[in-house]
Amino acid sequence: MLSGTELAQAQQLLALIKKKLTGPLSIMEVCGTHTTAISKYGLRPLLEPLRLLSGPGCPVCVTAAVDLDRMIALAGTGAIVATFGDLLRVPGSETSLEQAQAEGADIRIVYSPLDALAIAADNPKRPVVFLGVGFETTAPAMALAVKQARERDLSNFYLYSCLKTVVPALHALLAAPHGLDGLLLPGHVSSVIGRRAQDFVASLYGVPAAVVGFGERDILLGIAAVLRMIEEGTPGVVNAYPHVVREEGNLLAQKLLAEVFDTAAAEWRGFGMIPESGLVLKTEFASHDAALHFDLPHASVLREQDPCRCGDVLRGAISPLDCALFADRCLPLTPLGPCMVSSEGACAAYYRYDRKKGVAPA
Amino acid sequence: MKRVLLAHGDGGLYAAALIKDLFLRHFSYPELGKLKDAALLSSIDGRLAVTTDSFVVQPPFFPGGDIGKLSVCGTVNDLVAGGAQPLYLTVSFILEEGLPLEELEVIVVSLADTARSCGVEVVAGDTKVVPRGQADKLYITTTGIGRVDPRLALGAEHVRSGDAVILSGPAGDHGIAVLSCRKGVSFQTQVVSDCAPLNELIETISPYFPALRWLRDPTRGGVGATLNELAESAALDVMLEEKLLPVRPEVRAAAELLGLDPLYLPNEGKMILVVEQEAAVAVRAALREHPLGREAEIIGQVERGTGNVWLRTVLGGTRGVEMPAGLPLPRIC
Amino acid sequence: MCIGMPCRVIARVGELGTVEYCGNSREINFALVPQAGNGEWVLVHAGLALQLIGEDEAEQLLALLEEFYAERD
Repeated sequence: MLSGTELAQAQQLLALIKKKLTGPLSIMEVCGTHTTAISKYGLRPLLEPLRLLSGPGCPVCVTAAVDLDRMIALAGTGAIVATFGDLLRVPGSETSLEQAQAEGADIRIVYSPLDALAIAADNPKRPVVFLGVGFETTAPAMALAVKQARERDLSNFYLYSCLKTVVPALHALLAAPHGLDGLLLPGHVSSVIGRRAQDFVASLYGVPAAVVGFGERDILLGIAAVLRMIEEGTPGVVNAYPHVVREEGNLLAQKLLAEVFDTAAAEWRGFGMIPESGLVLKTEFASHDAALHFDLPHASVLREQDPCRCGDVLRGAISPLDCALFADRCLPLTPLGPCMVSSEGACAAYYRYDRKKGVAPA
Repeated sequence: MKRVLLAHGDGGLYAAALIKDLFLRHFSYPELGKLKDAALLSSIDGRLAVTTDSFVVQPPFFPGGDIGKLSVCGTVNDLVAGGAQPLYLTVSFILEEGLPLEELEVIVVSLADTARSCGVEVVAGDTKVVPRGQADKLYITTTGIGRVDPRLALGAEHVRSGDAVILSGPAGDHGIAVLSCRKGVSFQTQVVSDCAPLNELIETISPYFPALRWLRDPTRGGVGATLNELAESAALDVMLEEKLLPVRPEVRAAAELLGLDPLYLPNEGKMILVVEQEAAVAVRAALREHPLGREAEIIGQVERGTGNVWLRTVLGGTRGVEMPAGLPLPRIC
Repeated sequence: MCIGMPCRVIARVGELGTVEYCGNSREINFALVPQAGNGEWVLVHAGLALQLIGEDEAEQLLALLEEFYAERD
């Protein structure tokens, strides 16, 4: 909840933005947590005619179908599967972790990969696999878990890494035709990679951007900063979350990631293969790599539902409200695409908070 | 340490000893001591209300309560929400072989104390034991019998546009208290479960019963799910005010930590009341006179609509409050 | 994409320590922010401290923006 000061600042910013906003502009919030926060704070209708579009920053949403299938397959191996709550209900081709659990798989929801390490220590005779989905914010905890597993000789601990990095995705997004007037960059990823690493957004692609925090005031501050750059015609990458994000990020975290992971091409839903955008365990940690240890399906039988437009949503090409399936055939209990499944998926957030149903009271 | 044995459920000497040494020591209803197959109750004047509920809470002991206390509160509050004064309770235990008898006794004492504190008699009971691994420590089913209060006419069909929505206290305490001791997400918290019987609290507003339209305890699914049920069955909208919604700062913080929304966290000692707008302030004041209603707040109102719940955010935006899909799962994204 | 919480450090013990956020506490790992001392604030995600949190500088940014918007009126 906002403090009194923050609320006053937020109201002040809202008034500033409303006053300045004349035409329809499109600004993308890259991060899925931003998408959810913006919807939850009720900001979208307040900021019209500004169009806030969701981006590729929802790790579950961009996870390729084959990876989902392989993670669900891991639950059928008899291993203890540890994961974040985010993944439990996500359907693969035929089933989900939640279903697998009902069929007897041992699935543990944890808050941290380090908790999964504790499970491995408590169950030395059973393999424990952590399903690693996330970006640079989450990757350090997984790197640390793998490193500690090696140091503590917990040979039964494995990581299945679907970790991805944001910078290559931003390149993929901006190198293609996009129609975006500005970007809100993910504040917590930036706490690891730093503001400077994202300068290219403005210098290479000419798109103004701000590194943004997650409160109402923080988000409005970021939007105001981007609008200012648009108006002045001076694109830059502003740090609107300076008490958390440094120029260079967290160097120890970057060092840890480089020590444990190599980058590799990775498949993103909505984008296809993006070079150097995936994090895979280095060969010296191969004995903890679930992808090498377990026999997993190589291809997915899952076909994207033809009319599903998650890919367009993840690229900011459309809003979930523009998809004909949204809230019609695609619903939270019967999702047709990952953006409706993941709790921070754009479609799920719009369904929960922004769906036009009946007429909103004035 | 003495433990529950399969023999405790076989109807023989062990079972008799368990009943005599444990249950009868803590439950005082004379009918119960006669160990008949059925309890004979005195005649009850008026319409009867009956409700039943099973309790499988994991873990059975949590900050602010345990499964014994919960099994009374849940059923008593369901009777209260149904417009009835709770009178009698039956209790059925399913015990896992190996459960320490000491733990069972703590739970039985807590159950008996809670029933006594809200003036409800435990009049019948049953115990079964299942082999180790076939249950998780213990499950309790309670059935409650109450007398329908003739002063009340409750139901979605009585709710009108313009009515006020009151929440009897802060949302989400029970959900956070229980989540804090789950394996894998454990954290320490000052939050304790709000688990409490609410018959006395509702009795304190009896002067306003004619203005009361609808009552419901927002347990599973929380305030969000409960109000969606109201909106749908009344075919009206509910508009909530975010700034008026009472949530303890520590509950809000823990919910943020786990990526959860306090609106969907379960409560075990709260009531949502829909009352005529004119009586709202007086009802809130009356609730606040009682220790369990000290933080009661008018959180919104019923409006014309088509069965939706809305929330006006602190910045003045309006967003939907949907029915939750599934249990709240801790998440990091 | 990532929920991160600002938490206050209340007890550092080697690489580990306890953080507090508004009445809730938890043990986390400080390997990546070893300099964090008791009483300081850190950003926590998935059981790991990721960054020291400094003073809220939003006030200054806000002043700058206001100045800018005022000029153009």
